[in-house]
Amino acid sequence: MPTSAHSPLFLLYVPFRAFIFALVVMWMTPGAAQAAPAEPLDPAIIARLADSRTEAKLAAIAALGQSANPLASQTLEALLAGVLNVVAPDTVLIDTGAGRGLNVASHTEQIMPPEAQPIMVNNRLRRAIQSALAGSRLFSESVATRLAAARGLQNSTDLEHLPLLEKALKNEAQADVRRALEVAEANLALQSPDADVRRDAAVRLGQTRSAAFRSTLVRIAEPRPDGTYAETDESVRAAAASAVRMIENHQQIVALTGHLYFGLSLGSVLLLAALGLAITFGLMGVINMAHGELLMIGAYTTWLTQTLFRQWFPEWMNWYVVAALPAAFLITACVGMVLERTVIRWLYGRPLETLLATWGISLILMQTVRTLFGAQNVEVSNPVWMSGGFTVLGGLVLTYNRLIIIVFSLFVVALVWVLLNRTRLGLFIRAITQNRRMADCVGVPTGRVDMLAFGLGSGIAGLAGVALSQLGNVGPDLGRAYIVDSFMVVVLGGVGQLAGTVIAAFGLGTINKFIEPYSGAVLAKIMILVLIVLVVQRRPQGLFAPRGRSVE
Amino acid sequence: MKRRLVLKQMTAASVLALSGWMPLAYSAQDTIKVGILHSLSGTMAISETSLKDVALMTIDEINASGGVNGKMLEAVVVDPASDWPMFAERARHLLAQEKVAVVFGCWTSVSRKSVLPVFKELNGLLFYPVQYEGEELERNVFYTGAAPNQQAIPAVEYLLSEDGGAAKRFVLLGTDYVYPRTTNKILRAFLNSKGIPDTDIDEVYTPFGHSDYQTIVANIKRFSAGGRTAVVSTINGDSNVPFYKELGNAGLSATDVPVVAFSVGEEELRGVDAKPLVGHLAAWNYFQSIKNPVNAAFIEKWKAYAKAKNLPNAATVVTNDPMEATYVGMHMWKQAVEQAKTTDVDKVIEAMGGQTFAAPDGFTIQMDATNHHLHKPVYIGEIQADGQFNVVWKTDGPVRAQPWSPYIAGNESKQGL
Repeated sequence: MPTSAHSPLFLLYVPFRAFIFALVVMWMTPGAAQAAPAEPLDPAIIARLADSRTEAKLAAIAALGQSANPLASQTLEALLAGVLNVVAPDTVLIDTGAGRGLNVASHTEQIMPPEAQPIMVNNRLRRAIQSALAGSRLFSESVATRLAAARGLQNSTDLEHLPLLEKALKNEAQADVRRALEVAEANLALQSPDADVRRDAAVRLGQTRSAAFRSTLVRIAEPRPDGTYAETDESVRAAAASAVRMIENHQQIVALTGHLYFGLSLGSVLLLAALGLAITFGLMGVINMAHGELLMIGAYTTWLTQTLFRQWFPEWMNWYVVAALPAAFLITACVGMVLERTVIRWLYGRPLETLLATWGISLILMQTVRTLFGAQNVEVSNPVWMSGGFTVLGGLVLTYNRLIIIVFSLFVVALVWVLLNRTRLGLFIRAITQNRRMADCVGVPTGRVDMLAFGLGSGIAGLAGVALSQLGNVGPDLGRAYIVDSFMVVVLGGVGQLAGTVIAAFGLGTINKFIEPYSGAVLAKIMILVLIVLVVQRRPQGLFAPRGRSVE
Repeated sequence: MKRRLVLKQMTAASVLALSGWMPLAYSAQDTIKVGILHSLSGTMAISETSLKDVALMTIDEINASGGVNGKMLEAVVVDPASDWPMFAERARHLLAQEKVAVVFGCWTSVSRKSVLPVFKELNGLLFYPVQYEGEELERNVFYTGAAPNQQAIPAVEYLLSEDGGAAKRFVLLGTDYVYPRTTNKILRAFLNSKGIPDTDIDEVYTPFGHSDYQTIVANIKRFSAGGRTAVVSTINGDSNVPFYKELGNAGLSATDVPVVAFSVGEEELRGVDAKPLVGHLAAWNYFQSIKNPVNAAFIEKWKAYAKAKNLPNAATVVTNDPMEATYVGMHMWKQAVEQAKTTDVDKVIEAMGGQTFAAPDGFTIQMDATNHHLHKPVYIGEIQADGQFNVVWKTDGPVRAQPWSPYIAGNESKQGL
């Protein structure tokens, strides 16, 4: 079997974090065809790799990095991915899956012996491997690999990389890879003996507006503690100073945008947690202390769906979250309706008893889950399309899971709005909210509508549970973390108002995230609570209260 | 009315469950009662439930080998429900009513602080199995977890070393309560003594149960632009999951900014997809992955016990540091009782000093003759994709505990009991 550094099989071993990236690579790589034929590796290098000491491994990595042999870079990639196994001091195998391994000493495939142990790498070795691989990666066939390698070199201060960069720049056609290479080159050019080159490099680094170069530029622009300058040429210092100003201005914009985005994201989480409650508490007036446990049941449904998928449809693993949505909605809606029929129905109009009863129910639900699934948290993994993020404005990382949840929360709001305002059930719910007895008189089946409305609120909580499982812990206590926040949002927004809930959730999220950088997370939380107390004192009915005399 | 009846029964059941009033004690002649004081419900149940189970397993093991001084051990399990005043109440119940010879229990420092007066007043004996902030030494308590110099300080020394990444800047990130605050105070003084100025140390706290780490991760990213940065995390138990998820998604890998955690072990990683965490570190005195015959037997026993007792998720149970500390503590107590030939608290305390035990951590470890702490080896492990740890650094042998850290002013005079 021809093995080459770019065969798709090999790329399966790229660490999980780079999975999407790997998919792109697989898609872009033609498959076989490698120019230089691979030769067996030097036995001395192999012996060092198999050595247990870090220094020996570092020497082997450096030697492999210098080698033009494609097998050398393949070995390094395997070492980084943790699939390089040592059998004996002279036998090192790359695990190729299915119980077979590629012997790097003889460049032949053989059966993986049971005593094979993967070679462990620590962070120091990982960094060394990444640096050693930069050379071969810069000339990879895949644009994504080249771009990542060029970015990885941007903070390098190793002048040995300079000829490599120049060579890569000569060959590179892709504009964004070129830009990344030029930045890496500029960073190294700061060490040039020629002042003009240094000045030009400082200007170019400033144009990146990236915080990564700020400290380097500050060191050039500002005097050392003893009053002398590291940089002798004044014009270079001035260029560096103006570059620092440019970076700082830009980073301020990045920070502000960041607060806004983080706030929206926190708001969307609050909104999802509170939406179900906006129906059960806001519209129906049930103080539902078990609301948090409904979120928890939704999250556990996600976990169960994931387990099922892992068992039966591993090829659809990436979409288990989508399947979990209807499942969670149905299960929590059923739990909610059972609760309404068996307990809550008998307590309408007695808020204190409702509070106690639902609190008791919440404890029972929590302990039931604990008995069934254990007190420990369960593992819910993000599907590939919800992992990672992308960088905007050269510094702000927008993570996919949070972005998707913002969109999802808006979708759920739209769904609830349509249900309440465009369906017959919604009409009945609103009628009962405004005047229960009158609705009863004109023939609205209040009992059945109550049940369905409570089921709807609970189902929405289930949907929120699916979303929350993608952000944090899934355990029996999940609901506890969100119950206070949910009530906060609904009360602040105004009982009986969907729009109020939406605005309160996003408002609280954004204010919290603008306070946090200045005061810390602990104080931010306290200030939010104080703010709510003040607002509710001025407006006990919440920010947006329903108007009219219909409200009792 | 039938429905009312159901309701009443449900209420009665929940009141019973609430009061944590379900001791597993059966009256029997000639047994030694052993109290187990771990939360089985509430927020700490995630960590403490497995300690209760490992304590019960150890009692079974001791009974199977003939008990202590010819008597069988009898477990009295109570549930303080993660409620700190309830810990004191349950401790009083165990000592005064059940007359237990010894109590194994507590996890958080605040629960330990709340039971201390009870143990002092009634002259009880407590074995505390979790790493903590030090600054305490009580005659009635044996500390089988690590003091700061057996966990926090070696971990930071590793980060400063070449192998650990030679960090120049530190983010001290923790949950806002006594253990992280005190540990970070010690670490700040230690880092200052190593020539790291305060401007290169960023201390950040979050409330309990915090789940939104976006701002903090963005700040770490900004902070790390100023030089090699490492994060020392004393985030409590399960807040770690959202933190690591955010870290992974924001693209901060262990090679850029390594995070060393003091409260993340095998048990916590069971609830996490560990793949994005590969390379991040944890410092403990025991890892399940440590290879030696004693540990292999310990893991085997625990797996068999979980299966036999049908514990939840029995197929995937793991061992961790506090579980090992519980196991070691109970065996040492047994040895001390056999040496003293009585369960009398004063005599057992006297016999405890100098006890040795071949522990799963790979050493025959010793209870210090005077300071009530174990001499423990320190391991630093890297998280692997399967949620286990690969040991990247360890001490040559067991280290003596310094409950009163030399890095806190005024501690020089406080050494012994």
